[in-house]
Amino acid sequence: MRRRDFINIAAVGFAGVGAVAVVVPLIDQMNPSADVLALASTEVDLSAIQPGQAIKTTFRAQPLFVRHLTDKEIAEADKVDASTLRDPQTLEERTVGGKKQWLVTMGVCTHLGCVPLGAGEGENRGEYGGYFCPCHGSSYDTAARIRKGPAPKNLEVPKFSFTSDTAILVG
Amino acid sequence: MSFPWAEHYAPKHPLMQWVDEKLPLPRLVYNAIGAGYPVPRNLNYFWNFGVLAGVALVIQIVTGVIMAMHYGANDLVAFSTVEQTMRDVNAGWLMRYAHANGASFFFIVVYLHIFRGLFFGSYKAPREMVWLLGLVIFLLMMATAFMGYVLPWGQMSYWGAKVITGLFGAIPVVGEPIQTWLLGGFAPGNASLNRFFSLHFLLPFVIAGVIILHIWALHIPGSSNPTGVEVQGPQDTVPFHPYYTAKDGFGLGVFLICFATMLFFAPNFLGHPDNYIEANPLSTPAHIVPEWYFWPFYAILRAFTVDFFFVPAKLLGVLAMFASILLLFFLPWLDTSPVRSGHYRPVFKKFFIILLIDVAILGYCGGAPAEEPYVMISQIAAAYYFAHFLIVLPLISRFEKPLPLPGSITESVLAKYGKADGEIAAVPAE
Ligand code: HEM
Ligand code: FES
Repeated sequence: MRRRDFINIAAVGFAGVGAVAVVVPLIDQMNPSADVLALASTEVDLSAIQPGQAIKTTFRAQPLFVRHLTDKEIAEADKVDASTLRDPQTLEERTVGGKKQWLVTMGVCTHLGCVPLGAGEGENRGEYGGYFCPCHGSSYDTAARIRKGPAPKNLEVPKFSFTSDTAILVG
Repeated sequence: MSFPWAEHYAPKHPLMQWVDEKLPLPRLVYNAIGAGYPVPRNLNYFWNFGVLAGVALVIQIVTGVIMAMHYGANDLVAFSTVEQTMRDVNAGWLMRYAHANGASFFFIVVYLHIFRGLFFGSYKAPREMVWLLGLVIFLLMMATAFMGYVLPWGQMSYWGAKVITGLFGAIPVVGEPIQTWLLGGFAPGNASLNRFFSLHFLLPFVIAGVIILHIWALHIPGSSNPTGVEVQGPQDTVPFHPYYTAKDGFGLGVFLICFATMLFFAPNFLGHPDNYIEANPLSTPAHIVPEWYFWPFYAILRAFTVDFFFVPAKLLGVLAMFASILLLFFLPWLDTSPVRSGHYRPVFKKFFIILLIDVAILGYCGGAPAEEPYVMISQIAAAYYFAHFLIVLPLISRFEKPLPLPGSITESVLAKYGKADGEIAAVPAE
């Protein structure tokens, strides 16, 4: 190799590494900042939620649905053969500690992120009696599993645990 | 670059001569949009829309920079500063309505400009680069308008931001990190609003830069014309100024009348009432739709409702939506017919009209709720959209027998207006 070529390649290579070192922070600054990442966990009191009712609260700046299923809704969810579903999961797997009546999910449609209807009083719960996303028509069943429409996944179940019989800690 | 018979810039005033020596900017203008730029003599009113798009950009920049003086890019105050602009700032309502409706009019003229290109084959050699740069401008405009719509921080702003950034979430593996990166959080928030404001301020100036490249690329072969026959000599052209400055001036008058009518009599007609409700992350408006200019693409996005092999419906919709625009970048090579103008292509002309109807149907479905029959209609219309460019156009180019072309631009003008008149027109009187 000629001396000149070597110097050329070395200089360009060095400048390239330098350029990458500059670009990394330029891009990374757009990622969530520390204050956004410093997310608290959320505690939810279940005592006032009657069977058939649901509440909407927030977890990590996004809506969280907590729903008290009726026996009929549980039976409906259990009746379905999970393996036939788009995102196969049983109600059992989507609830915690054998308390199948407490369905806790993110209120974020897995299609493009709208808040599905069905947690509020009198809202459209869709064809499968769970949640209905008005944006592009995704229907979720009583276990908040995707049954119809463009959403690819069931409503996400966040990590949570029971702190007492009537309270949960999400996150 | 220009035709050899272009008029030459020869400043008479000593001051202008002095300027010309030091910085030949007046010369550049003279050669670009003055008497120094010869243009086919037969351009019709469809050739007005490029200039109108430029005017629309200027309107957006002027009203936008003014609104930025009164706007607070923070999620706590954004909504109320826009309301202050509307109620308290002197003439603030005018600036905001002009900006919001200006965006719509910008898209109207750009869509007409694009369909002009599609019908008259302006994308064909030697103007491929002009077409490609135009598409780049179109993409930048869409990004700008999307981010601008987020700024008032109303319900539609918020949910629009959520749904559109959610599109990126559909990409396997890297999708979610990209979405969080774009938003600077897990949902639209202050970080998103700030960066959208910064970019919304920047992008129009980037667009202005690309427009300069677009016009530069155009001025190398010069404008096409309704016959699609290239310029052959001085008799085929007239100087841009005063001929087309006058014609564009007339078009501008019509444009401004339409714009003012909208602005003063129906300023909220194209908007959504939900955007006068402040952003609420806990409640999605019953009917989320983007602004009308995104409807055809939105319909394509929503047309995919079932998975196909391993590809989830959501990803398919996103891919199809992006593909529907990216496809246009390949158009110069999909339509191989050497005849440019649709006037001389009988089969092409029919399918062009079908395409117009198809896009109108897509637009209608994109604005309609996500229910039957709209979903099924969108599916058919989306399929046809792709078929038009990927199957119909290449086939027509191969089998169609074009009508005989006029020998030259002048010949076609004379055939239309009669020999005597034509001769008079060729030697303009005034
Ligand atoms: C390509 C040109 C541009 C387009 C297509 C465009 C589009 C838009 C749109 C659609 C909105 C939302 C209007 C509404 O619903 O209220 C908006 C808002 C806004 N734009 Fe632009 N814009 C452009 C250029 C600019 C420029 C150059 C600035 C200067 C900084 C600017 C500043 C603003 C501000 C401050 C708002 C928020 C106020 C409001 O929402 O009315 N825009 N823009
Ligand atoms: S966001 Fe729920 S169906 Fe599209």
